[in-house]
Amino acid sequence: MGAGKLQVALYWGAACGGCDVAVLDTNEFILEVAKVADIRFWPIAVDGKYQDLEAMADGELDLTLFSGAVRNSENEHIARLLRRKSKLLVAFGSCAHLGGIPGLANLSSREAILATVYQGGPSLEPGSSAVPQTVTAVNGYELELPAFYPRVYRLADVVDVDYFVPGCPPAPAQVKSVLLAVVKGELPARGAVVGAGERTVCDDCTRTKSAKAVKRFFRPWEIIQDPERCLLEQGILCLGSATRSGCGVRCPNSNQGCRGCYGPAPGAVDQGAKFLSAISSIIDSKEPREIEAILGGLPDFVSFAYRFGLPASRLQRRHGG
Amino acid sequence: MSYEPRIVGFLCNWCSYTGADLAGTSRIQYPANVRIIRVMCSARVDPTFVVHALAEGADGVLICGCHPGDCHYSEGNYKTMRRYPLLKRLLAAYGIEQERVRLEWVSASEGQRFADIVADMTERLRALGPCRVRSGLEADLLTR
Repeated sequence: MGAGKLQVALYWGAACGGCDVAVLDTNEFILEVAKVADIRFWPIAVDGKYQDLEAMADGELDLTLFSGAVRNSENEHIARLLRRKSKLLVAFGSCAHLGGIPGLANLSSREAILATVYQGGPSLEPGSSAVPQTVTAVNGYELELPAFYPRVYRLADVVDVDYFVPGCPPAPAQVKSVLLAVVKGELPARGAVVGAGERTVCDDCTRTKSAKAVKRFFRPWEIIQDPERCLLEQGILCLGSATRSGCGVRCPNSNQGCRGCYGPAPGAVDQGAKFLSAISSIIDSKEPREIEAILGGLPDFVSFAYRFGLPASRLQRRHGG
Repeated sequence: MSYEPRIVGFLCNWCSYTGADLAGTSRIQYPANVRIIRVMCSARVDPTFVVHALAEGADGVLICGCHPGDCHYSEGNYKTMRRYPLLKRLLAAYGIEQERVRLEWVSASEGQRFADIVADMTERLRALGPCRVRSGLEADLLTR
């Protein structure tokens, strides 16, 4: 442990590990980080135990990058532990920031998810009814599993978060700028979204935009697209108008519609509702029936509109009761 | 105390608000459950407003605009017409009953029609009970 070095931890809750890879995608810059920082805890890359974390003094860590949503009791326990041990806790990536892809599970109840996975799966033994329990007795021992929560939470739903870094995953250049800001102590006011822009993806996109009027929506494979023209004008769903900038327009530049991973644009209350407004206004019809037919070409619209941020929506589905 | 549904009503300035005004000046009785917000056009009602109203505790949202073809801004109500089906789909995904959000065309001369719509919607919402999305997350965090 070097004297005066920044004490850093990285953790993943309900996450795929892509955010950890995004840190490594800063390439040789990571070696510069190693000169000024000690990595004290990083399950995906460094050997360590939860006990090591518990043994640390409160506030011993200068910075924790927490990726992943809070899905179960283990995620929550470590989130609370890291909050206590860290001077700066950063929600890193879409899942910690807004709930991310795991957050789409909030459209289903816990019971329905467990039944689908453990009782209805086509590869299961017929009649199987084994569902994970938090405590199971085996040969006189008690085995424990984390409790699976009824819904997926953002990190900020569970603990106080100092900064938010959006992205699935955060763009390496943004990761770099955030780490530099921490090292130099040039962070904005607490609670800010850092490592992102203050505009929309549309504002940064260089495709030509003209009048928007579509008669049909296309899945990307159903159409040969014009690489210069706005994707939405071509009937290809693109969340750019409702999404915060800062990613470098990665998806539209790769001929894919924006998926909205940088979260709601500054000032937007609800990313999905905002996108709904944009998408409906480009439909070229004044006939309710025809409008319905055109909208029929948008399968699973809700999952699309909230792909990375369902738990951040103003509305929350309640199951039962 | 018996349950009284709270309805947020977004009324366009040119037709529906004037229609509601006519209901008033004609002394037509209708339930006081609707809280009217005048907007310049039904197209001004961003779906975010509806989401916000429900999240803040409204039991229903009523959007009223000029009849198709009659929009003061020629195309505004068509935008509203296009948004509505998708908004309904969005709300359905959250488990919000279809009756809670309603789009109606009310002209400046349809005071009686406005009163009837409010009366009908109030009764439907009374039967449904309070909107369940109210502070859903907070309730969950406590009972988890």
